[in-house]
Amino acid sequence: MVQQLDMLQETPSQTAGPYVHIGLMPTYTGNGQNFDQEVGQSPIEDGAEGQIIEITGSVYDGTGWAMRDALIESWQPDAQGRFPGQDGADPKVTGYCRFAADAESGEFTLRTVKPGTVALRDGRMQAPHISLWIVARGINIGLHTRIYFEDEDNSADPLLARIEQRPRVETLIAKKTGAGQYRFDIRLQGDGETVFLDI
Amino acid sequence: MLDDGPLIPRNRAVHPLPYDPGYKTTVTRSPNLPLLSMDSSASEETGPTFGHGQLGAMDNNLILNWTRGAAPAIGERIVMHGRVLDERGRGVPHTLVEIWQANAGGRYRHKKDGYLAPLDPNFGGAGRTLTDAQGNYQFLTIRPGAYPWPNRGNDWRPMHIHISVFGHSFGQRLITQMYFEGDPLIPLCPIAATIKDRAQLDRLVAPLDMANSKPLDYLAYKFDIVLRGRRQSMFENKPEGM
Ligand SMILES: [Fe+3]
Repeated sequence: MVQQLDMLQETPSQTAGPYVHIGLMPTYTGNGQNFDQEVGQSPIEDGAEGQIIEITGSVYDGTGWAMRDALIESWQPDAQGRFPGQDGADPKVTGYCRFAADAESGEFTLRTVKPGTVALRDGRMQAPHISLWIVARGINIGLHTRIYFEDEDNSADPLLARIEQRPRVETLIAKKTGAGQYRFDIRLQGDGETVFLDI
Repeated sequence: MLDDGPLIPRNRAVHPLPYDPGYKTTVTRSPNLPLLSMDSSASEETGPTFGHGQLGAMDNNLILNWTRGAAPAIGERIVMHGRVLDERGRGVPHTLVEIWQANAGGRYRHKKDGYLAPLDPNFGGAGRTLTDAQGNYQFLTIRPGAYPWPNRGNDWRPMHIHISVFGHSFGQRLITQMYFEGDPLIPLCPIAATIKDRAQLDRLVAPLDMANSKPLDYLAYKFDIVLRGRRQSMFENKPEGM
């Protein structure tokens, strides 16, 4: 026998299921009367410093179908790379957003401010990115990934550098489609499968 | 020695298998390729905070919140309560807990739910609350009904409540489901069975808690939730090799 570690184990995940929106985005399902104010409606308020951008995309399953029921959450710092609550953080940036694939088209849009760079503990700088977490029916544990930007210098980003198969880096990079407009598609499996993170 | 180091890596052995043909939808929705591992960074160690100002007084009362107190929902009245803890066993204070569920007949208030059980005009099926300073939370609701779903020929979901928890960092984000002690459908459910270790599945089954039930009013079920913890930072913050 050895001593006890006195550590608990994380609670097991379960799928969010097909009706996740009634809990997390009631207005999306016509249940807006449930709460006065939904959380995560926008990651920014009017007057946020920096470049306002729009990222559009879809979440595709392994057959290439744009999923209609995906729910996504995003988390990011302000234009200077400061997270809400940190010293000097932009009070107009909440950093957090909840959004859903459109029930007709399967397309989502995230309107936010372009994030700044954030250092790792060891001082290495990460390229600007937005963290995403994706849940839906058939996803048994939420999927983490990141959006990087085609028009930023991603060459020294420590996470991107760890991707051995270099073509897969492209799956994390939003493509510029216009002024302040980007396209970012997420593929759960198959050709061009998005790099998901165990972090 | 503060535990403000990176998040403790996830022990995937406690979690469901992402790919499990018994739950057919996972076949096309689970990544085929390995996940990319890396120590967490500020992007995963920080997270949104929510205040009482964003929540309404009835948000954690699903019996009354849909009608704003005008008429109670139909069903067996229950209190679901417990603590949100981290892997070190400490309460996680002031974190958002959200739940959603079917009504007493097993029907969700969702346009895609066409089950023949009727909607309850007085039940919305969603609630939310913040944990207190010790990590405690509670909801007053009705016990949801079991319901059939299209998967294999005759699959039924056991009675369950869906739960979403934030913790204090984006990397702690968790959605799970609470089942009810004694439900004979639990061992038959392909979604519950995505968790291969029965001892881990048992952690999602809430026991009947008579001590916290209220005579002539409601039964209580206890459900504690553990979120990921942080590494202790004594040897963090230094370049490698120092
Ligand atoms: Fe359900």
